[in-house]
Amino acid sequence: MTTATQQDFGGVVRRARARGEIVVQPRMGFSDPALMRSGLAAVAALKAATAGTITVDSYTRLGDYAALRSALDAGENLNGYPLVTAGEQTTRKITQGLADDGFQIQVRHGSPAPLDIVRAMTDAGLCATEGGPLSYCLPYSRLPAAESVENWRRTCELLAALHGPDTVPHLETFGGCLMGQLCPPELLIAVSILEGIFFRQHGLRSVSLSYTQQTHHAQDREALTALRTLAGEYLADIDWHIVLYTYMGVFPATADGARRLRRQAARLAVEGHADRLIVKTGAEAHRIPTVAENTTALLDAADDLTAAAGNPLPGNDDGIHTVLHDARTLIEATLELSRDVGAALTGALRRGYLDVPFCLHPDNPGRAVSRIDRTGRLTWLSVGAMPLRPGPGPAALTSTELLADLAHVANHFDGLEPRSPLPHQPHLDSGRNSQ
Amino acid sequence: MPRTISPTAVVSTVSSDAHTWNLIFLELLLTETGYRVHNVGACVPDELLIETCRTRNPHLLVLSSVNGHGAIDAERLIKRLRTVPELAALPTAVGGKLGTDGESGLSTRRRRLTRAGFTAVFEGAAAVARFQTFARGVRDSVQGSQP
Repeated sequence: MTTATQQDFGGVVRRARARGEIVVQPRMGFSDPALMRSGLAAVAALKAATAGTITVDSYTRLGDYAALRSALDAGENLNGYPLVTAGEQTTRKITQGLADDGFQIQVRHGSPAPLDIVRAMTDAGLCATEGGPLSYCLPYSRLPAAESVENWRRTCELLAALHGPDTVPHLETFGGCLMGQLCPPELLIAVSILEGIFFRQHGLRSVSLSYTQQTHHAQDREALTALRTLAGEYLADIDWHIVLYTYMGVFPATADGARRLRRQAARLAVEGHADRLIVKTGAEAHRIPTVAENTTALLDAADDLTAAAGNPLPGNDDGIHTVLHDARTLIEATLELSRDVGAALTGALRRGYLDVPFCLHPDNPGRAVSRIDRTGRLTWLSVGAMPLRPGPGPAALTSTELLADLAHVANHFDGLEPRSPLPHQPHLDSGRNSQ
Repeated sequence: MPRTISPTAVVSTVSSDAHTWNLIFLELLLTETGYRVHNVGACVPDELLIETCRTRNPHLLVLSSVNGHGAIDAERLIKRLRTVPELAALPTAVGGKLGTDGESGLSTRRRRLTRAGFTAVFEGAAAVARFQTFARGVRDSVQGSQP
């Protein structure tokens, strides 16, 4: 067994990049420690550049340990690994001997109050996780943003304190995903960069910036280029990389459509120079995917990445200047509010400089509205008080238009008309299972 | 011409549910039906929802949950809500995906939730269309009773 294993999530991604490989990673999480161990081991053993994932269950995410225990007592399977209640020794056993200079494990959760989770993971020798003061607060909780900022400040400081010769703690921002869909890229990029700056201000030396695949390939490619440019400017003195999420909304209903969408994600990762790709299995919209479904999806993604790299397609990034300019404007408007980045973030929400469309959190301004335009690009109907060019406003999105936008990508890849009439059973439960 | 007053609705989910696209959709749908809507958002504790209904005094309360555990939370909530005298008769609808067993548990759930105090339960085929008819009915009775 290894003794002083190096803990450096960012280092693994950097070395893969140097070999010309993009790291693929699942969202895997199992209630049963033995199954969690076998899942991690299976991902580590794949002949591809992979990262391991421990996704915690939703009771742990909410800190509801009483409900967790009664669910376990009732013999229910949780929807992830109960990291906090499992105990240090169990978690050490399931991860023992797996991490090396080619494979590292990240803990994924979704909590605006992550201190219990981060203490449990660091006690067990794990120091890579993800989240952020806005990105894990606004979409899924009612916790006041100021409290989330304080929780995440302490989380960063706890992680940063572990920094040493064999340990480089790593934190990924979920800012490039937020509600998971229908957010114009400049806002995703701005929140990603701002949370990266927040992490650095509180001591992190290795971070990753996220972005999720959305509705239009060229727009997404421009977004990744802009994110990379801005990361180079704002985070030049620390280790950083870019992580792309495969589309998080309603997936195509046909197997062919789903396959095409995943291939498009791989192509986007290659063309946008992402360093890591979060892979989606076919099963996860309906249930917790098996280990085999996860490993198959990872190998398919690795093949897709190789194929896309070997077959470059012409494309232009005509829109890059706009998205870069607008993202920078949002970042600068926020940073000007305070030298304390956390205070700047809550200030930006109060003034409406950051306004997440379709987000019902009490601290979100809630005036911005977005829409998919005729060409398939995401655009603003209304920018609210954000310092961007105003949309055509007053924003009036109908319920039918919302359903069409939510189904746009699925319909496109299934080969259906992009603006189909009101479906019988609207898919309104997707876009949440995103950690 | 006497002016008709807009009916008001509170849209919410239950305490354990973090999904919100369903709530956004219902807000738009009810707005188009003529309601003024207050959308409470994700993970709403029972106390907050009851307090919101007491202070806003809406004509309609709409609860939606899609995480598969909604029936448990909704039943607890409606029993508490019905003990508040001014909310005892508030038209209250619940819908979405309320259980993990899909269609099979549907009629049992509907009976159980109605007995617990819901005015109407909307799950399964054509739930949205049936809900629209219900919401129009509440709207018309509100406007019909205006002086």
